[in-house]
Amino acid sequence: MTKNTYRAGPDSDGRFGIFGGRFVSETLMPLILDLEKAYQASKTDPDFQAEFDYLLAEFVGRPSPLYLAERLTEHLGGAKIYFKREELNHTGAHKINNCIGQILLARRMGKTRIIAETGAGQHGVATATVCARFGMKCVIYMGEKDIERQKPNVFRMKLLGADVVPVTCGSQSLKDAMNEAMRDWVANVDDTFYIIGTAAGPHPYPELVRDFQSIIGTETRTQIMEKEGRLPDSLVACVGGGSNAIGLFHPFLDDDIAMYGVEAAGYGIDTDKHAASLTGGRPGVLHGNRTYLLMDDDGQITEAHSISAGLDYPGIGPEHSWLHEIKRVTYVPITDKEALSAFQLCCEYEGIIPALESAHAIAYVIKLAPTLPKDHIMVMNLSGRGDKDIFTVATALGTEI
Amino acid sequence: MAVTRIEQKFADLKKQDRSALITFTTAGDPDYDTALGILRGLPAAGADIIELGMPFSDPMADGPAIQAASIRALDAGMTAVKTLQMVRDFRTQDQTTPIILMGYYNPIYIYGTDRFLNDALEAGVDGLIIVDLPPEEDQELAIPAKAQGMACIHLATPTTDQARLGQILENASGFLYYVSIAGVTGTAEPDLGPVKVAVDMIRQQTNLPVAVGFGIKTPENVRAFAEIADAVVVGSAIVNIIAANIDQEGLANPALGSRVLDFVGTLAQAVRS
Repeated sequence: MTKNTYRAGPDSDGRFGIFGGRFVSETLMPLILDLEKAYQASKTDPDFQAEFDYLLAEFVGRPSPLYLAERLTEHLGGAKIYFKREELNHTGAHKINNCIGQILLARRMGKTRIIAETGAGQHGVATATVCARFGMKCVIYMGEKDIERQKPNVFRMKLLGADVVPVTCGSQSLKDAMNEAMRDWVANVDDTFYIIGTAAGPHPYPELVRDFQSIIGTETRTQIMEKEGRLPDSLVACVGGGSNAIGLFHPFLDDDIAMYGVEAAGYGIDTDKHAASLTGGRPGVLHGNRTYLLMDDDGQITEAHSISAGLDYPGIGPEHSWLHEIKRVTYVPITDKEALSAFQLCCEYEGIIPALESAHAIAYVIKLAPTLPKDHIMVMNLSGRGDKDIFTVATALGTEI
Repeated sequence: MAVTRIEQKFADLKKQDRSALITFTTAGDPDYDTALGILRGLPAAGADIIELGMPFSDPMADGPAIQAASIRALDAGMTAVKTLQMVRDFRTQDQTTPIILMGYYNPIYIYGTDRFLNDALEAGVDGLIIVDLPPEEDQELAIPAKAQGMACIHLATPTTDQARLGQILENASGFLYYVSIAGVTGTAEPDLGPVKVAVDMIRQQTNLPVAVGFGIKTPENVRAFAEIADAVVVGSAIVNIIAANIDQEGLANPALGSRVLDFVGTLAQAVRS
């Protein structure tokens, strides 16, 4: 008998409880089985692991610091707050960790063309970056609405040699970009590898994205032991698809640590303009997995809304759905407004411009930390930097740049 | 067990020594009444089996034509409940033409799988093609469907090898649908040669009739593929006629129905020549 653990999933069918699975067309099924095989083989291949570690250190710049947010801690007057500085990674977010892992898998499988979906553009930039680094052709699908609100990242992707394809169907945001990427994949099965940007999609994507992102939690564990001589009391991370959150949480799931996943509540979860799939959705099937989704009574997926393009997705990774149902992780909503003021506070008190996605996590820290004692250690994942968001923030604040 | 409508249809066609024409239209495209009118006219126009699309907000396996049809239908208020009602309405006039619902799993899952199977059978649905349920997920729908007497039509594709084919056939019923291209609906035209090789491979492993679809658009295509398969499916080309006969507000041109059925007539000639 193995001991009880929250870290054993998914099972051989790709399930975390009832969530996950492989809900894809038959054309794609042999491809994801090949991917699963290649991924399993890579896990025990020391050369693969060594190259992954080398690239994370020398190309990404890891480990990222675990930084004591001194002034914010003092200002809030409660828990001691650490930021895991994923925004200092090459390309400015945690997304690159996963892209390095997946492009190594793509090369291992003999694929030469990479496709990806992107919302805020962070995953698109990270994908375009690794494609340039490895000399692979790169096609990024991005909703037309997101192209409009994330112009700097669109230009970055183009500089990196990627072909950015505007998606004009549906809500013209992340879910539609994912639909279009899957349509591309099904039509280009021989040479194409799909780098999914979050811990969602058909098995084995939720597992492998989580594993590549788990470097965040693994480093945090070592760093907090060095700094504090003990594990933290709580972890906080924003959740869209949930890759930065699962990357921080997973190495700690079996420890006695409170965890908070922060969903984007847009205008509020009592409106129809939010992206909080756990708080405001229910289990359904989309994009290859069963998970919590925003939908109407007929099972039609509804459009999500968040001021943050990276959280503007009507679903969430299946492992989060499971962690929610078994109540291992607490998921909380934060509105656009709360995220905006947290964004400003972080700029003013810490000298760090956070991504609007990460500002959701900061907003929850602002709510939670003052209620906790000073010896409570809290780690928040500062998953991305906010340069890309300054136009959105300026508009929201009524300022012209 | 009683002979199903699908089995009866293929048996009748065998006597006539010809392949079946399967037409695809989306339920509720461009509106309920127009779509029902087309549905009711299809058998007389020469459709042997009817595939009726259940609209979905995120049709990942479909090309632009059927995506647009799905959106038109949803905008006109179509739901799973109304799709079943449309089949019920059709069955008041036609008891023999098989109807297959084609779509994605989420609307069925949300309806409640058992309740959906029950209501669909009662409405007169003969089979289901759910594109995002590969054999790995047969326990979701294919196995309960088979138990209740609903055909669950499985897909084989150019990426399916012999070993997977065995797995696909395990819970397949009604007929087998060979997807003639690696791609989405209504895009690339398939080549006859490789499709024939695949259909022959399938025939060695099953007695189920084999239908071929995806990218088949013209009477000439239909004639060619009818030579090698038991049924030929045309979807996007029909749906395109609907798209071309609605105005900017989405209202149907009065001639829409007859134009669709005339085109189906030319396809029907092709399977009969």
